[in-house]
Amino acid sequence: MPFRQSHGPQVVQANGRYLMSMTEILQRIAEGADVEAFRKLFEAYAPRVKTYMMRQGADANTAEELAQETLLTVWRKAALYSGEKGSATTWIFTIARNLRIDKLRREMAWVALPDGYDQEVSHDANPDEALAEQERRTRIQQALAELPPDQHEVVVLSYVDGLSHGEIADRLRLPLGTVKSRMRLAYSKIRDDVEDLK
Amino acid sequence: MAITHHPAPESLMSCSAGSMPEAFAAVMASHIAMCPGCRKQLSVMEQIGAVLLEAMTPTAIACEAEVTSMRDLQERDELQPRSDGDVPAPLVRTLGTSLDRVPWKRAGRGIWQHRIALSHEGSSTLRLIKVAAGLSLPEHGHRGSELTLVLRGAFRDTRARYATGDVADVDEDIEHGPIADAEQGCICLVATDGKLRFKGRMARILQPLTGF
Repeated sequence: MPFRQSHGPQVVQANGRYLMSMTEILQRIAEGADVEAFRKLFEAYAPRVKTYMMRQGADANTAEELAQETLLTVWRKAALYSGEKGSATTWIFTIARNLRIDKLRREMAWVALPDGYDQEVSHDANPDEALAEQERRTRIQQALAELPPDQHEVVVLSYVDGLSHGEIADRLRLPLGTVKSRMRLAYSKIRDDVEDLK
Repeated sequence: MAITHHPAPESLMSCSAGSMPEAFAAVMASHIAMCPGCRKQLSVMEQIGAVLLEAMTPTAIACEAEVTSMRDLQERDELQPRSDGDVPAPLVRTLGTSLDRVPWKRAGRGIWQHRIALSHEGSSTLRLIKVAAGLSLPEHGHRGSELTLVLRGAFRDTRARYATGDVADVDEDIEHGPIADAEQGCICLVATDGKLRFKGRMARILQPLTGF
């Protein structure tokens, strides 16, 4: 499955400036229930979340409803979001991930959203932290693009298609251990590339 | 508490991707709630998902969200319940705050268990196991995966000692011979692959008796 290097016309420029503005947009929503800011966020992400839902077997209508619900959850929970804890996209990804588990698989989403484990939520994003965050994202993008195809494939099947290790092994007709070691290798490459950014 | 045994990185990845069988995700979430180091790794892994989400081809959305009168919908208090005892935060809703109030069922001499109901029966199984000091933890000689998190006390196997917060991420075909700590015994949260149930005729006969 080819990895798309292009990230659409506007989302995430190479310098990460757009990502920064998305994080700012989310903070504006959190602070003042800014409807115009929300519209921008919706236009950038809902069509991608719809694709994400369809990749795990949702029909177009269900996927659209879930994409809307994801973004509405972003709106409702905006007050819990803090720029310190990760980028806007990571926050949206985790919300979409948990909704997919909850609504498509009808299971409990056990892993909390990034802020869910911390009782004290700070809204003062530290600028250094935000910069490190952008840099980390750019490097993860590069590391993903540079993965050997067999490692990239299992990462996409896991994150995008929502397959467990066992299901990936069945799909690719590989031993379970091979799937696990490819995942492990992919992560160690990505981790090595971001490790100096603490 | 010093946690020394962590889940395998590929398990943490699958968890961050939202693609783990439910029982395993529950054990992972419980460990993550106890382990700042794994939380940090998880956040890097979640960014992999974010990057892949951004790289997706957009699919046209017919109608736009109606957001004009939604100010009232904003929430402020959806954090996980706090855990004051030895029940990890993700399990508090299901178990309450104390392991002493779990409705244990005896499953053999010195062994008690409590099955935690999941959304679907049969795909994977989640249970609490309490083993008295010095006794062997039940083993089933299975071919599936098993993920064990120590919630109280400790156990040791042929390779290491696992104390509170530690995870034993056991692959198929490994016989590890776990034995509960000689003084404290142990209480563990265990996820097993659904496939290992009803393995053979003997197991089918024994299962109702032992619960394993």
